[in-house]
Amino acid sequence: MRESRPILLTGGRVVDPSRDLDRHADVLIADGVIKDIAQGLGVAGLPDGTERIDCAGQIVIPGLVDMRAFIGEPGAEHRETLASASQAAAAGGVTTVICQPDTDPVIDDPAIVDFVKRRARDTAIVNIHPMAALTRGLLGREMTEIGLLASAGAVAFTDAAHSIASAQVLRRAFTYGRDFDALIVHHTEDATLTGEGVMNEGELASRLGLAGVPKAAETIVLERDVRLAAITRGRYHAASLTCAESLAVLRRAKEEGLAVTASASINHLALNERDVVGYRTFFKVAPPLRAEEDREALLAAVADGLIDVVVSDHNPQDVEVKRLPFSEAAFGAIGLETMLATGLRLVDGGALDLMTLVRAMSTRPAEILGLDAGTLKPGAAADIAVIAPDEAWILDAATLKSRCRNTPFDEARFQGRVVRTLVAGRTVYEYV
Amino acid sequence: MTSNPTAPFSLSRRHLLGIEGLSAEEITGLLDLAEEFVTLNRQVEKKRATLRGRTQINLFFEASTRTQSSFELAGKRLGADVMNMSISTSSVKKGETLIDTAATLNAMHPDMIIVRHSASGAVELLARKVDCAVVNAGDGAHEHPTQALLDALTIRRNKGRIEGLTVAICGDILHSRVARSNILLLHTMGARVRVIGPSTLLPRDIERFGVEVYRDMREGLANADIVMMLRLQRERMSGSFVPSVKEYFHYWGLDAAKLRHARPDALVMHPGPMNRGVEIDSAVADGPQSLIREQVEMGVAVRMAVLDALSRNLPNA
Repeated sequence: MRESRPILLTGGRVVDPSRDLDRHADVLIADGVIKDIAQGLGVAGLPDGTERIDCAGQIVIPGLVDMRAFIGEPGAEHRETLASASQAAAAGGVTTVICQPDTDPVIDDPAIVDFVKRRARDTAIVNIHPMAALTRGLLGREMTEIGLLASAGAVAFTDAAHSIASAQVLRRAFTYGRDFDALIVHHTEDATLTGEGVMNEGELASRLGLAGVPKAAETIVLERDVRLAAITRGRYHAASLTCAESLAVLRRAKEEGLAVTASASINHLALNERDVVGYRTFFKVAPPLRAEEDREALLAAVADGLIDVVVSDHNPQDVEVKRLPFSEAAFGAIGLETMLATGLRLVDGGALDLMTLVRAMSTRPAEILGLDAGTLKPGAAADIAVIAPDEAWILDAATLKSRCRNTPFDEARFQGRVVRTLVAGRTVYEYV
Repeated sequence: MTSNPTAPFSLSRRHLLGIEGLSAEEITGLLDLAEEFVTLNRQVEKKRATLRGRTQINLFFEASTRTQSSFELAGKRLGADVMNMSISTSSVKKGETLIDTAATLNAMHPDMIIVRHSASGAVELLARKVDCAVVNAGDGAHEHPTQALLDALTIRRNKGRIEGLTVAICGDILHSRVARSNILLLHTMGARVRVIGPSTLLPRDIERFGVEVYRDMREGLANADIVMMLRLQRERMSGSFVPSVKEYFHYWGLDAAKLRHARPDALVMHPGPMNRGVEIDSAVADGPQSLIREQVEMGVAVRMAVLDALSRNLPNA
């Protein structure tokens, strides 16, 4: 990496959930790390050649850590590459992306972890860490080499969009994974109950004539997983919760003191099942968008910290698999570039405060994954997003940097945008 | 260290079904007796007439080469008539129950039956249905008392004592009768026992056995006097209990680097048969700290001691 000049971000409002810090201060960055945060740093002696960037009226936050994004490399480079995903992430204020193992080949071997890390280092402009598969080939039968994969750099273990049906397989993986302090991330969805379902089960699905996915498909698996976490004391993270019933299960698990955490996707916080009316396939995601009551319950759970993490669940799909009848279209929406802006809109609407949003999108995922990220403490890596909170804008999907355009937010209005992103003290994105 | 010849040692029981219930005195008595047979076995004339006229049946429901031949040799050297019965699964499928088999054999008036069975508790069940002495040669994941005794004899001959030693038992504790019998014996004799293995291969609540539990070999081996490796069955290494042979050997296989964490004079044991490159590296298995061959020799002597001691309680003795 080439030498970068020291940078001073001046006059911005600094919001750092890792220290509950929210005040105006200057941020001095050198050698890729945060050197100091204080008021009036600009008048003191600065290192030679320091670049001053005026952040007056802007908000400086730790860069986002997106815990769940599908990137098509290796095997589906037409959907997304590590390079294109990193461009999208940088434009969205995301400085660390955790990519999913459901690639081709599956990331279930230390050599593939090594490949992804090298490729990311050589082609990506943000940090990218892979999760490895929990079972070989994502088949839900034999656990992967959790120890060797972790030492190769896998930050967690998951079967991505697959839910593991066998409680015995999952129990052994929890038990074995505990010896390596492995985090197991699980998509909680009973495949037999989900069946051919394509949207939330209920009146709306019945009117649209679409097969529904019951909320119980999620809650049943979560209940089981929590019991397994209790007997194994393994570290467990529910990948994407969507409904009020699951939140009750999660709350009980946390009250029991289990090492259980959970994410919700930004889509489930911002959208609901009514958005699919008109058979709009860009709103077809897995698990499906739920009822408005569920969305409100989920938002409240993020607000009170019950839901630890908000993810993009970035899932690029090209038009060929989306411009199909609803039941035949692929699941998934992109989100790296819009997750923060979507979150800011929720803040603007009063549903969340900014500190909570940044904690859920940056500090908590970094803590759960054990990464040097999600904080602006002096000495931490200078991974930073700068936000212009007053900027109102309308998204034009054509301008997105992702290789795919399947955003549910095309032509949506936003309040607040990312104007600058730094990774290790270097500007990787600047809005001009 | 041999027993007083004027008061011949005997066990105050008809069967040897496990280490559980044996006192330190009984264990010491058996080991002392076995020492005599170690000497005998190294002579040209290895035979005694102690069991002359007695009939010993080796009833093995589970295939075993080394344990069965060890018991066969032990019986023959003491002068017994030995019959080997290997009951394959196919003849079990003919429908005869374990109790029927026991009754049939009992009618032939054997003096000793040596039994191995894949089900825990099966040997004890059989023992209740026969009039002769029964020796457990391994029942399921429960006990394998003669293995623990031969391990104890091997340790005592090399370290001069068992009390106060730190013994690390490593690997597949969950499925191991060898581990259970050894934990019981070593505790009775005053050793400190550690178990080391991945959590998937440790039995639930194993710490309540009074052992120290380690998941990391280097930590668990620190200052160990004895390192006991256990065999890991092939079918358990491909993703069910551990992900792969490669990963198992990397973290739990005993190689020279891991062995260096034990005491410099630590000794290495393995009940056999070994999976080289899985739970143990060849360089260690065949190295100067290995007692693995000596364990086999001690096996015959210990089994002679057990047969001898039990025979003293037989009717007409």
